[in-house]
Amino acid sequence: MLLSNLGYYSLVLGLILSIFLIFYSINEIKYKLFNLKISLLSILFLQFFTVLLSFFCLIFLFVYSDFSNQIVYNNSHSSDPLFYKITGTWGNHEGSLLLWLLVLTLFIFLFNLTSKGQPKRYKLLTIIFQQIIISGFFLFLLITSNPFNYLSPIPIEGLGLNPILQDPALAIHPPILYLGYVGSSIIFSSSLAALIEKNINRDWTVHIKKWILYSWIFLTAGIMLGSIWAYYELGWGGFWFWDPVENVSLMPWFCLTALFHTIIVLEKRLILKSWALVLAIATFTLSMNGTFLVRSGILNSVHTFANDPERGIFILIFLFILIFLSIIIFFVFQEDENSINKNIFWLSKETSILVNNWFMMYFLAVVLIGTIYPIFLEVINDHKISIGPPFFHKLIIPFLIPFLIFMAFGPKLKWINDDLKKNKIKNIFILLICLLISFLIIYIKGKSYLILTILFTASFYLFFVTLIDFLNKKYNLGQKIAHFAFSIFVLSILFNSIYSTEFSANMKIGDEIKFNNGIIKFEKIETFKEKNFNSLVGSFSITDKNNNIFSLEPEIRIYDQPKIVTSEADIKTTFFSDKFLVINLIKDDDYFNVRYQIKAFMIWIWISVSLLIVGGILSLRKK
Amino acid sequence: MYGKRVKLRFFFISTLILTFILIIYLLLEAFEKEVVYFLSPTDIKNMSEIDSKKIRVGGMVKNGSISTETDKINFIITDFKNEIIVTYSGAVPNLFMEEKGVVAEGYLKDKNFFIAKKILAKHDENYMPPEVKEAIEDY
Repeated sequence: MLLSNLGYYSLVLGLILSIFLIFYSINEIKYKLFNLKISLLSILFLQFFTVLLSFFCLIFLFVYSDFSNQIVYNNSHSSDPLFYKITGTWGNHEGSLLLWLLVLTLFIFLFNLTSKGQPKRYKLLTIIFQQIIISGFFLFLLITSNPFNYLSPIPIEGLGLNPILQDPALAIHPPILYLGYVGSSIIFSSSLAALIEKNINRDWTVHIKKWILYSWIFLTAGIMLGSIWAYYELGWGGFWFWDPVENVSLMPWFCLTALFHTIIVLEKRLILKSWALVLAIATFTLSMNGTFLVRSGILNSVHTFANDPERGIFILIFLFILIFLSIIIFFVFQEDENSINKNIFWLSKETSILVNNWFMMYFLAVVLIGTIYPIFLEVINDHKISIGPPFFHKLIIPFLIPFLIFMAFGPKLKWINDDLKKNKIKNIFILLICLLISFLIIYIKGKSYLILTILFTASFYLFFVTLIDFLNKKYNLGQKIAHFAFSIFVLSILFNSIYSTEFSANMKIGDEIKFNNGIIKFEKIETFKEKNFNSLVGSFSITDKNNNIFSLEPEIRIYDQPKIVTSEADIKTTFFSDKFLVINLIKDDDYFNVRYQIKAFMIWIWISVSLLIVGGILSLRKK
Repeated sequence: MYGKRVKLRFFFISTLILTFILIIYLLLEAFEKEVVYFLSPTDIKNMSEIDSKKIRVGGMVKNGSISTETDKINFIITDFKNEIIVTYSGAVPNLFMEEKGVVAEGYLKDKNFFIAKKILAKHDENYMPPEVKEAIEDY
């Protein structure tokens, strides 16, 4: 009770501070009072502190299982392990929004802390825009999703955290992803401020590039964590399903990736200003749009904690206000690019980066249309459709080929103007080798897809070119590692898709089944009692085609509260393949549904994305 | 005849237009082929003819209808007005059970018989396909 009150009023204080900051900053700008009687930094810190306090109140409510609080009742149970009581705090709609807000206030505080050298007016404007966003979130939280609602009479026991959320990867996935999403809000506010101030110059670019990279790093890591979780927890053995909730996180990623390539051009040549601004606005809009789609209940998924149309409408209105505000500012304050630097030649680093942007926008458009078209169609003519992986594969895969080629030689081009004559023979030689390797791979596998061969060639080309580059010169290490990582990423997905095999059957204890290249035997099943679930552990022994015998022990968990069954796959990981076995109950008979998969080069997908992140981190260092 | 800049701009704009045409063409074609319609057993009953396109069928798994064999599972999807027999071999999601919502993706053999290639997981124990919800409310 006390903690709930403290948490609630702490949030109200935060909102008041936010409104105060908006008016104070406007006043400062209007009357040019740059003496700053009160320290902005300390108010921003106070605001961060109010949200932090409120967040800790909520965590304590969860830890002490105080069921007088509505969301604790809905998402916790006294028998849940302590770790999942704590992570349950953001495993629900209200708590996760509080986390959003926490990161928002933290970032604006850090932004002010680290931008001492920037002009005052620019800083004040950034604070205004950021506080508009923050106050929007405060209102959203307090009006539609108050995390501190009471329940009376106080229930004796809670409903428990959804068991599939009881997982370490999922405990850190939301905070990391939010750091990426919220980072984009800083980029948004600061770009608008810089636009109004006509402050888009080299200093600003250097300063904002750090924020872009931070957001990009966290967004990438957040998406990867979600993907790893889906791989082992959902039991399908895939890492990306083109599910709308996955797509909404991918869209800002494309935008952000395009943005930080553009910002390099802006930094070096002071062109493409407007384009960079459009990307900055789009990135944040897409992050918000993701929140809207996921939270409004339009998409049904694990992320939709509660379907409440009121919330959807609130976010939608808020989103529209932000978009209109930014578009108006964009058109009113847009300045002509100075024509001195306007010379762009066919073959230069600038054009190759523009090409990157084109591809990013194309991928973005495909994902966006594939995600929202079914929603529109349902609203318009009540047809229910779904757009699955084939749609995305068909539209994205062919365009990866030129994309990969550009990715290989783009970074090697000079600024302003370059020609391709140098190293011509070497490049053709590498390309031929790649073609040969790819042809052999496809030929041995017995598949004959022309497009697959070319795709393999393109990715091998990128692989070798970046590898040679990496070994030759040591400068610009971040970029080289990131491009190299991307080639490994594409290659591992390709190998994964052509070399993976699977087998599924319904088996009873003692059954032995031969499948295409091995034998699978269901040895026994044992039951264990854990703190908040019963566990059934199956023992399987598998003989593969080389007569190696190994055992896998997949598990079925039957949670007490709420009563949900989950499957925990048993995965044996090696550098070449993952052996993935998952079992499931069908009904109360002797049969178990068994699915055995060999996923080739699975670990390399995670390694390459991690390497991509390392590339991002190394780019931070560079001036 | 024209300056370099005009040529450049002309080239740029024409590439832009061509790219857009290409993208729209590709999108429309992909929509035509890769979109999967979602139907209820009643929708299937009302269909005039059966085509070979991939569809999704949603509804509830009828009580007592699941029967398991080594290489396949048979069950009945119902929307409480009509029902359809489904046969499936492969992995089932955790929440696949009788009297729970289910979405099956696959091909129709005839109006009463559906061959599923995929059974979709819904993460929420209380999830019900929207059609089923409507059907139950009408019921």
